[in-house]
Amino acid sequence: MSRGRGLIPYLFLLPGGAWLILFFAIPMAFMLLVSLQEGSLSTGYELTWNFGIYPEVIAESSDQIIRSVTYAFATTVLTLFIGYPMAYTIAFRGGRLKNALLLIVILPFFVSFIIRTLNWKMILADNGILLGTLKDWGMLEAGFHLIATPAGVIGGLTYNFLPFMVLPLYVALEKIDPRLIEAGMDLFASRFQAFWRVTFPLSLPGVVAGSLLTFIPAVGDFINAELIGAANRDVTMIGNIIQFKYLNANDFPAASALGFVLLVGVMVLIAIYTRVVGSERLTS
Amino acid sequence: MTAAAPPLGTAPIRSAPIGQRLSGLVLPVITALVVVFLFAPLVVMVIFSFNDPAGRQNITWQGFTLDNYLTLWGRPDITGPMLTSLTIAAISTLVATIFGTLIALALTRYDFRGRSATNLLIFLPMTAPEIILGASLLTLWVSMGVGRGFITILVAHIMFNVSFVVVTVRARLIGFNRSLEEAGMDLYADAWTTFWKVTFPLIFPGILAAALLAFSLSIDDYVITVFNAGRTVTFPLWVFGVSRLGIPPEVNVLGTLILLLAVAFIAVQLWQARRQAAAAQTVTIRGR
Repeated sequence: MSRGRGLIPYLFLLPGGAWLILFFAIPMAFMLLVSLQEGSLSTGYELTWNFGIYPEVIAESSDQIIRSVTYAFATTVLTLFIGYPMAYTIAFRGGRLKNALLLIVILPFFVSFIIRTLNWKMILADNGILLGTLKDWGMLEAGFHLIATPAGVIGGLTYNFLPFMVLPLYVALEKIDPRLIEAGMDLFASRFQAFWRVTFPLSLPGVVAGSLLTFIPAVGDFINAELIGAANRDVTMIGNIIQFKYLNANDFPAASALGFVLLVGVMVLIAIYTRVVGSERLTS
Repeated sequence: MTAAAPPLGTAPIRSAPIGQRLSGLVLPVITALVVVFLFAPLVVMVIFSFNDPAGRQNITWQGFTLDNYLTLWGRPDITGPMLTSLTIAAISTLVATIFGTLIALALTRYDFRGRSATNLLIFLPMTAPEIILGASLLTLWVSMGVGRGFITILVAHIMFNVSFVVVTVRARLIGFNRSLEEAGMDLYADAWTTFWKVTFPLIFPGILAAALLAFSLSIDDYVITVFNAGRTVTFPLWVFGVSRLGIPPEVNVLGTLILLLAVAFIAVQLWQARRQAAAAQTVTIRGR
């Protein structure tokens, strides 16, 4: 690696770096500034350093904040339980099919997020393919529904974020030397113990990475809540509130304040992760 | 990875007891179930793209028809947004790929002050929730009095694509064997020629992969776009809009077509990988 060959690295960084600073970093600062303003779209906004908006907005949307964290947590746990066996199977039992299996996991995600979620909604519809059949067979009561319930929304979130968990898990599991597991099996009584004492701890970086990659987008999601949650206000998440305030109510200060709260929460999680992992690993 | 040979002194492997064989089935069964879970909506999508809905509701199966595939192209309310999405995707991919590749080159080949900061700047947009990325840009536009529309969507897409390009190209660059470049320079090529004749062709697959990733991310994007769109309608925005009335079969048609493209693309990838592996083997054998 050449050592600081003068300006060249900086020249290379300039176009993309400037773009990111202009359109990613600076907008974050603007979001903070706008949150501290008061006024409305018609009367114009004035920067009054209205820090009071933060407690106001947090209290008003505390339901949604708690709900978002809960749903995202549930989603993370579910994707972990569903994704781990899958990643394990591909990594250790995949053999020549490994790449093909990985591509199969990714394949659904070429199709638009919205189209997939809408079709899920159709599958989960009250009298649709799944529930309708079960109801006809008398296994479910007629009033049962999944649409507009927390379970439905969490199901949608789990579905949409599954690869975010499977892929990092796979990467971590793939690196584990199988001879370590064999050694473990020689030492421990059962295969399960060998797994729990050897494989799982070694896969922890993947678990952490996958959990972060699932939790963070899930906590800010609003599409699942809106599509699968239908009009049910009891399943709205913080993302729905932010979106509503920005685009419908045009209440920019409040919306920005909420957005900033979300941002800070996410930053804290990422900061913890960075400390643990180191910044070079971030982009690899 | 294959298991190492059994340690010396152990008996040869006998057929595993039935309990172990059954429990050995658990994992593949779970995996198969998950795959079914993943593909369920896609199956529904493909089937219902052939549905012939009497009214506007596309909820129950009514009849098989190919009409949806044919009438799709005559509907400007669908082809318009699709074209907008494709244009935005194409331009943002081009720009983001150039920007991102440059950054990746800088990060992997040069040691300079500000590496950690750069890494952070690249990393954050990928992990921050999309709603933050989109909403913060909106506050920028509103504060500066910039009207939202095609251009602002484009700017936003380039922004979030750069990080993904950097990460993808970087992965490819890290495994790159620089002695090939040195060989080129030994043969009297200057840095510029060496780059274009040696380096670039070899990292091109990585750049292409990054471009494809950026393209599909852009076409599919809803959250960031909705905050930056103003009156402009992209395909995901349109889908979301009409979804109140149930999914029009045309949406499933487009989804199915995209799926076919993806399958074709993956098939090409796998086939190419096989060819490269075979070629590499031939070179190795000849080289010895």
